[in-house]
Amino acid sequence: MKIDVKHIAKLANLSVKEDDISRFEKQLSDIVGYIDKLNELDTKDTPPTPQVTGLINVFRPDETAPSLTQEESLSNAKKKHNGLFVVEQILEEK
Amino acid sequence: MNIQQLTIESILEGYRNKDFSVTDVTKMYLDRIKQYDATLHTFNTVTEEHALHDAKRLDQMLTNGDISLPLFGIPLAHKDIFVTKGIRTTASSNVLDDYIPQYDGTVVSRLKNAGTVLLGKLNCDAWAHGSSGENSDFGPAKNPWNTEYIPGGSSSGSAASVAAGLTPVSSGTDTGGSIRLPASFTNTVGLKPTYGLVSRYGVMAMASSLDSIGHFTKTVTDSALLLNVTAGPDGFDSTLRQEKENDYLENMKKGIKGIKLGIPKEYVSEGMEKEVKQKFEEAVKKFEKLGAEIVEVSLPHTDYGIAVYYIIQPSEVSSNLARYDGIRFGNPRSSFGDEAKRRIMLGTFTLSSGYYDAYYKKAMQVRTLIIKDYTNTFEKVDALIAPVSPTLPWKFGAKVDNPLAMYLSDALTVTINIAGIPSLSVPAGFSSNPKLPIGIQIMGPHFSEKKLFQIGYAFEQETNYYMEVPEL
Repeated sequence: MKIDVKHIAKLANLSVKEDDISRFEKQLSDIVGYIDKLNELDTKDTPPTPQVTGLINVFRPDETAPSLTQEESLSNAKKKHNGLFVVEQILEEK
Repeated sequence: MNIQQLTIESILEGYRNKDFSVTDVTKMYLDRIKQYDATLHTFNTVTEEHALHDAKRLDQMLTNGDISLPLFGIPLAHKDIFVTKGIRTTASSNVLDDYIPQYDGTVVSRLKNAGTVLLGKLNCDAWAHGSSGENSDFGPAKNPWNTEYIPGGSSSGSAASVAAGLTPVSSGTDTGGSIRLPASFTNTVGLKPTYGLVSRYGVMAMASSLDSIGHFTKTVTDSALLLNVTAGPDGFDSTLRQEKENDYLENMKKGIKGIKLGIPKEYVSEGMEKEVKQKFEEAVKKFEKLGAEIVEVSLPHTDYGIAVYYIIQPSEVSSNLARYDGIRFGNPRSSFGDEAKRRIMLGTFTLSSGYYDAYYKKAMQVRTLIIKDYTNTFEKVDALIAPVSPTLPWKFGAKVDNPLAMYLSDALTVTINIAGIPSLSVPAGFSSNPKLPIGIQIMGPHFSEKKLFQIGYAFEQETNYYMEVPEL
């Protein structure tokens, strides 16, 4: 199965150099080819298991408690302004 | 006193007998790190000032005769995916090479409060992606038994540092074998606890339904002493069992007469390297000598483990690594290494529209079958014993050009994570030439760690492999 690396990389917000595309394509196709062996198994009536604990709806009381200060939260940001995280532009002026 | 053979027990004894101070012990380890780690590269960050500060504070308590803390004055180091407040935590990745966490994770703070001294942060495969240590963005840790060979991964530095006597204990994580494989390659004891026993809060998530938080020690007793501190609910990780065990050392020295040990026949195949098979068979004879009843069992879906794992894990990885956007912390996503990119892309693919049912959902269904294999088996036996790796440790570079070949190194470890059961890797001997460690794993039902320690202790005391140390 051929993996469309350009498309997948875009979905995953990853940059892949043009030179690396065919190498990743081959490696990923090999791996996907291997995992296809699951098709040998009939799982028509088998329920899926997302996680093993069987726990559901584990809640705590909806009470606020001390958390990180604004300064702590910003402490690792490369770009900050006025106590805010600076992000890439997502809306364009028309 | 041979520092390479120090354990939690012997260090605590030393404090009680006033043989040395916490500062003495801490300086000993820091000196060893200075002497050997340029070659072994097990540490990403050494926290010398911090360690000596901790030691000084603990020495005050020692002077006042208060050494009651369970891990009083025990130096330790954390795999570099455990967040440590104010101390650089990198995941061994260029994405986080300058990240300084604003909080301590649960295991970090519990071990701190138990009296430990932090020596530093340990090298690993970046993001815990790997079986050899070679995926570290900062250069791999080396196997202290022979530096041409990999120490195993992803907790490469954690295993190698304990083996080399650079720290008596270290933390690690096991998502598909990342504690057990390096433990078996370095003659150390590696515990992968039950999923839901030890909090994952403050440990950088790899695959959230598979990650297990454990540790490396020289002995089984030390492993139980650490688990006494790390295990139990914390109010932050919602997948934890609420009941707490009182003492993991209870019944540890009872012996194993009459215990039923199963050997899964799919785990001992012709594909195994001769010396690994040999050491396993020797181990089985030792267990028989100790009075255990050996039963052949079957885990029929073993062969599908890697396929299930390499769908579920990358899928969850692709989600967990989405947070590294270079905005709130870290460098841009272009800093990810090749293996991280591969796994993110694989996971994005298996979760994408049109493929989710054929891959992720299918893998979850086969997961049910694998869990059933174990449930059925544990109705017949108390525990299982098996090799950890089908091969001996390999030379650096042997598998780097073939990711799939590297993935297949996990063939005997992944189904344990898929089922969420615990497994203890213990030393089981060495190959002859070169001399490289071989381990075996002891697996049990969910929350059966006490039994695993009991079995591991009996084997350890009968074989004494833990007494051997590498010549550095």
